[in-house]
Amino acid sequence: MLRAKDVTIRFGETPALDGAAIDVARGEIVAVMGPSGSGKSTLLYLLAGILRPDRGEVHLGGQRIDTLSDAARSRLRLTSMGFVLQFGDLVPELSLRENVELPLRLVGVSKTDSRARAAELLRMLDVDAHADRRPGQVSGGQAQRVAVARALVHRPAVVFADEPTGALDSGAGELVLDALTGLARREGSTVVLVTHESRVASYADRTVYLRDGRVAV
Amino acid sequence: MPPVSVSRILLGLLEPQAQHGYTLRQRYDDWFGASRPLKSAQVYATLQRLDRDGLIDLAGVTAGEGPDRRMYAITGSGVVELERWLDEPEVPDVTGTRRVLFAKVLIALSSGRPADVLLDRQRQAHHARLREMRVRRQSGDLIDQLDADFEMYHLDADLRWIDGAVGRLDRLAAIVLSGSTDGA
Repeated sequence: MLRAKDVTIRFGETPALDGAAIDVARGEIVAVMGPSGSGKSTLLYLLAGILRPDRGEVHLGGQRIDTLSDAARSRLRLTSMGFVLQFGDLVPELSLRENVELPLRLVGVSKTDSRARAAELLRMLDVDAHADRRPGQVSGGQAQRVAVARALVHRPAVVFADEPTGALDSGAGELVLDALTGLARREGSTVVLVTHESRVASYADRTVYLRDGRVAV
Repeated sequence: MPPVSVSRILLGLLEPQAQHGYTLRQRYDDWFGASRPLKSAQVYATLQRLDRDGLIDLAGVTAGEGPDRRMYAITGSGVVELERWLDEPEVPDVTGTRRVLFAKVLIALSSGRPADVLLDRQRQAHHARLREMRVRRQSGDLIDQLDADFEMYHLDADLRWIDGAVGRLDRLAAIVLSGSTDGA
């Protein structure tokens, strides 16, 4: 479903990835681990079409995406991908409910339908009581669960999570990971989860390990 | 890691009340048997040894359809021994896995084999076990969760050791192959 084939990318003289390959099945949750500087986040950005490889190919759902135009890749991210980043990156001026509705509104779903779907997810992730608050008015763990809801609200084919619990204590982190993996399995979304913590990786079906810009196992 | 002392656990289970071997085994398996259930023969052999050492006593025999069921009670000496076991801190020890891995790494390097490959395979095995523990933690009761936590933290420590070792294999290989012991 999601595939990087022999991808190489350099930042200056240094190769961040050097012939890396990964194949992720539909609905699979894969953790990507590796030491600092091994290319974990770079691989995620390549798979998401945010970066283009200098060499190699990236495919999503049978379509080669690294050769698409910037506009086409942006559209693909909007419709088929969701993102959970370390600090949530919710829009601070919007309420939690509006943050979750946003991906649906951007692809033209009606306000009524967006609101109903957002309410469903906020309820499932137990943050519905705070739906009208803004991100700065709830805990980091609650905000990150809202980020999970936002990432999955439009039923994306794939969700990319880059150190989604890096800024949380272990209890709040577990709630976020329960939410992310539970919801993704329920919705049938594929997840690529970048982490440096083995306990976080234990939520995945499989762990791949990057070393020196390549997948070691 | 030293093996769990089955005999001291059985003593502890007998302290509140006298019990048959069968109920002791059930209680043991409820609490500790997830990873290594106790065999009947082991229970009865342990009870015989505790009886021989004066730490428990036969408190009665119940006739039934099968063999007679023997009920045991802890003795005063047994309580003293149980308290000694509980009061004495365990000697901190690294797990057997890490000792074996360390040996494998040195032997692989000394024979010119790629140690990173064996460590990568071990990492995969550790991650598979972590996933099993995650499932147990999510589906089990509080005892299961704490037991799984204990193993997960140790697996995590092993994985950190593996990562640290992989990063220094070139230097280690040079030392091993030169026969030098100056690894600083």
